[in-house]
Amino acid sequence: MSNVEVENDAQHHAQHHAQSGTGERRLQAHFDRTISHNQRIEPRDWMPEGYRKTLIRQIAQHAHSEIIGMQPEGEWITRAPSLRRKAILFAKVQDEAGHGLYLYSAAETLGADRADLTERLIEGRQKYSSIFNYPTLNFADVGVIGWFVDGAAICNQVPLCRSSYGPYARAMVRICKEESFHQRQGYELLMTMMRGTEAQRQMVQDAVDRWWWPSLMMFGPPDSESSHTVQSMAWRIKLHTNDELRQRFVDMTVPQAEKLGVVLPDPQLRWNNERGHHDFSTPDWSELKRVIDGDGPCNAQRMARRRAAHEEGAWVREAAGAYAAKQAAHEAGKKRQEGPAG
Amino acid sequence: MTRDRRKWPLYEVFIRGKRGLNHVHVGSLHAADDRMALTHARDLYTRRNEGVSIWVVRSDAITASTPDEKDPFFAPSGDKVYRHPTFYDIPEDVPHI
Repeated sequence: MSNVEVENDAQHHAQHHAQSGTGERRLQAHFDRTISHNQRIEPRDWMPEGYRKTLIRQIAQHAHSEIIGMQPEGEWITRAPSLRRKAILFAKVQDEAGHGLYLYSAAETLGADRADLTERLIEGRQKYSSIFNYPTLNFADVGVIGWFVDGAAICNQVPLCRSSYGPYARAMVRICKEESFHQRQGYELLMTMMRGTEAQRQMVQDAVDRWWWPSLMMFGPPDSESSHTVQSMAWRIKLHTNDELRQRFVDMTVPQAEKLGVVLPDPQLRWNNERGHHDFSTPDWSELKRVIDGDGPCNAQRMARRRAAHEEGAWVREAAGAYAAKQAAHEAGKKRQEGPAG
Repeated sequence: MTRDRRKWPLYEVFIRGKRGLNHVHVGSLHAADDRMALTHARDLYTRRNEGVSIWVVRSDAITASTPDEKDPFFAPSGDKVYRHPTFYDIPEDVPHI
């Protein structure tokens, strides 16, 4: 669970190598057996470098998404229409920060350095979910983000509670428990607006129209173009393909939209009795590519905000460090004064 | 202790969910000192009354066994089946045992 464990792990690994030339193969076999028996890999276990690297990238990207994900909704905290909505939105945005930190903590068990991950995000060397590069234009967007974006996140994350890497799976359990509140507050917000004026109903429909396709793109490119899927599924750090999860999300959302009284903006969307699933149109993958490559409506704004938050917080981090150093020196001085008898 | 954020030590966090239960490891965090670790742990890991007591301990203060579950370290308990109640055959008609 800690850096010290990672170091021990490396030593242990080295000892194994020293003992036997076939050490690596034996370790790999043990690792493969653990995965195939559906058991968890824990931080101090031997693991292939590729597994470690892929997991760090996946967990870091997930953590960054939670942190950047605070922004689109955070913008509405000061403009929430009631104290009730403001308190809810506060709690939700705090949760996103918490989710980011659970995940950074999990990434650290793999030997990643938290400050380094933050740097990678700020310098644009690691990515976050494409969905957060879209603007929140009216208050209904807050509801639709809870309903669609957190709903999609739940589809993605519930299977990951069974991921092969212990700390990641445990972080997912915590996150999924909290995510349920996020989705429900969004849907409840939208139900409230749908019971309001015609203008409010139009705001909801407008938000649905704008967020539907970006939400479907959250699951990533189609399976035919998803490069990491096969290896990640063999390692059990991905349990369903992008297309499977996207389908699950559509099937889950259609009846909710009907109940709410909004129209999902896809004329091809209909139930297919033969497949037992809804058919739906293909999202515009060129848009997803554009947004991932940095050319979405809000990429620059999100990054600038994250960078500013980091820089503006520097003095706080420095002051806390200075205070801790002063207290430690104080304690040491007291001990010296008390002398050997004390 | 240092002024460099990068060197803020890592702490492991343990929470007692309710009275009568053990503290359980829940994750880790960075903090400048012990007190900050405790308040951060409260903010991060008990936003929904998940705990009645928190322990934080610097990760570098933990001594751990070697990684592999099959490590010889655990061998002494491996072959002592007589430490388990099921090792002993007792006739079915003997009550309360």
